[in-house]
Amino acid sequence: MEKVLLKNIENPRSADIDEYKKAGGYRSLSKALDMASKDIIEEVKKAGLRGRGGAGFPVAMKWTFASGDPKFPKYLLCNADEGEPGTFKDRPILEKNPHLLIEGMIISGYALGAEYGYIYLRGEYPAAKGILNKAIRQAYENGYLGDSVLGRKTKFHLAVHQGAGAYICGEETALIESLEGDKGQPRIKPPFPVNVGVFSKPTVVNNVETLANLPYLISIGGEAYARIGSPECPGPKIYCVSGHVERTGVYELPMGTNLKDIIYTHCGGIKGGKKLKAVIPGGISTPVLPPDKIDCPMDFVNMPKHGSMLGSGAVIVMDETVCLVKVCYRALKFFEHESCGKCTPCREGTGWLRRILGRIEGGEGMDGDVDLLLAIAGNIIGKTFCPLGDGAASVVQNFIKHFRPEFEAHIKNKGCGAGQTSI
Amino acid sequence: MFSEAAVREIQEIRAKYPTARAALLPAIYVAQREFGWLTPEAYEAVSDLLGVPKAIARGVGTFYAMYKQKPMGRHVVQLCTNVSCMILGAERLVDFLKSRFGLEPGGTTPDGRFSLVIMECIGACGTAPAMLVNDDFYENLTEKSIEDILGKYD
Repeated sequence: MEKVLLKNIENPRSADIDEYKKAGGYRSLSKALDMASKDIIEEVKKAGLRGRGGAGFPVAMKWTFASGDPKFPKYLLCNADEGEPGTFKDRPILEKNPHLLIEGMIISGYALGAEYGYIYLRGEYPAAKGILNKAIRQAYENGYLGDSVLGRKTKFHLAVHQGAGAYICGEETALIESLEGDKGQPRIKPPFPVNVGVFSKPTVVNNVETLANLPYLISIGGEAYARIGSPECPGPKIYCVSGHVERTGVYELPMGTNLKDIIYTHCGGIKGGKKLKAVIPGGISTPVLPPDKIDCPMDFVNMPKHGSMLGSGAVIVMDETVCLVKVCYRALKFFEHESCGKCTPCREGTGWLRRILGRIEGGEGMDGDVDLLLAIAGNIIGKTFCPLGDGAASVVQNFIKHFRPEFEAHIKNKGCGAGQTSI
Repeated sequence: MFSEAAVREIQEIRAKYPTARAALLPAIYVAQREFGWLTPEAYEAVSDLLGVPKAIARGVGTFYAMYKQKPMGRHVVQLCTNVSCMILGAERLVDFLKSRFGLEPGGTTPDGRFSLVIMECIGACGTAPAMLVNDDFYENLTEKSIEDILGKYD
């Protein structure tokens, strides 16, 4: 498959506007501005483009809601708060292909009638901030951004807003709170951001990878785009693979590539010829899979049928040497740290789960601890404003579902001999 | 009080938003750079300049992990220990920083050279274990490479 999102990233000057234009950049923007905005939304609908942030919501539907709201101005927010552990798919776009994102944002802004855009960039990507700010400056100088995009009536202004280290701001309403200058605590929905979003105006929040698909989608048209990858959710997808494989990294492949092929063909299999123990397929919040369950197409429709989720496409591969109690403990330590504190089940529950997992890991687990973990997890799921609590509880449930004997053995044998963790 | 340059910088940031309040996060970044860390005076300066109540400025400032609530060393080592880094040896690196540099998580060396902050995923999972020293990424870390890297920072 021709590279779309990671095109030219080997070129050391790929982030520069001249290089981008040389490779055909900003031509889709001209084409889009010749189209009626509703026709762009129609192409996106035909393409079947789904949001790449994790939820897989149909993009055209979100845009239709926001463009149909009579309030102005409208806002387009790019979610570049890539924080789901295991995920590093947006970073190459932000650092190496910033103009692809910017062109995608201008096209999207025009389609939904938004005149202002912000890129909400996580604080942990300081290099990307400089690169994006430079790219935005170049786009203004070249007439792609401003009060008159390419000399036409279309107006689009864009700025980077830097986050400051809060996973929860990847949730769209927390992101909006944070952009407005508040703590990143999610809002209850409805109203949805498409009607009442940032500064109380209609707002679309789309992931970096989603927006970066737009220039290509417009250049080849929705029908041709829909023929790439899975029929139910087409397009190119960046899978990012970490852990115990021979070749970790980012892989741009057709959506729906089989998880087994990603690990064994593209990444060269398990490092050092060791045995596979477990795979987290879509970032830490998605259900862990044992080795006999990884023969599944990696897309939004098929992964749930195989007991997990596509999430961000962040594949974490663990070999036989890994203690899964420790991994589960570390995951819960993360969720406890990142819980915003708004909902009691998540604020109290994540810490409680972490403490129990810590004592099991440290060799001080008690009879009944595994059932206690499940009881607490069951009291978090579905009882919080946002999916952070669900994610934390589901991690515990799925680790126990597939690897319960390892947890029981930890309690019985007072640990696994790997020693208490220092983290 | 902010320097004149910082006031100008915050005013430029303010112009990118429809409300002054939206400039709060970037203004806190400027404040911690100006004051070294978020002293009571730093919050007061932000609050005065943007017209945001002090309690709000402090409440927002303390919510986010990357704002410095206490004095830090000259160089901030931000080591990721989340799952992808952990399974590739981040724990050993935490132990090494303790034994070789006397650096405890959340602590600062007595000479004020380094502070260590344990991070939650810095998006370098494919090149784990990884850390940021100030604004610079370092990846595929080992005890040996950490020793060499930190040697470059006075």
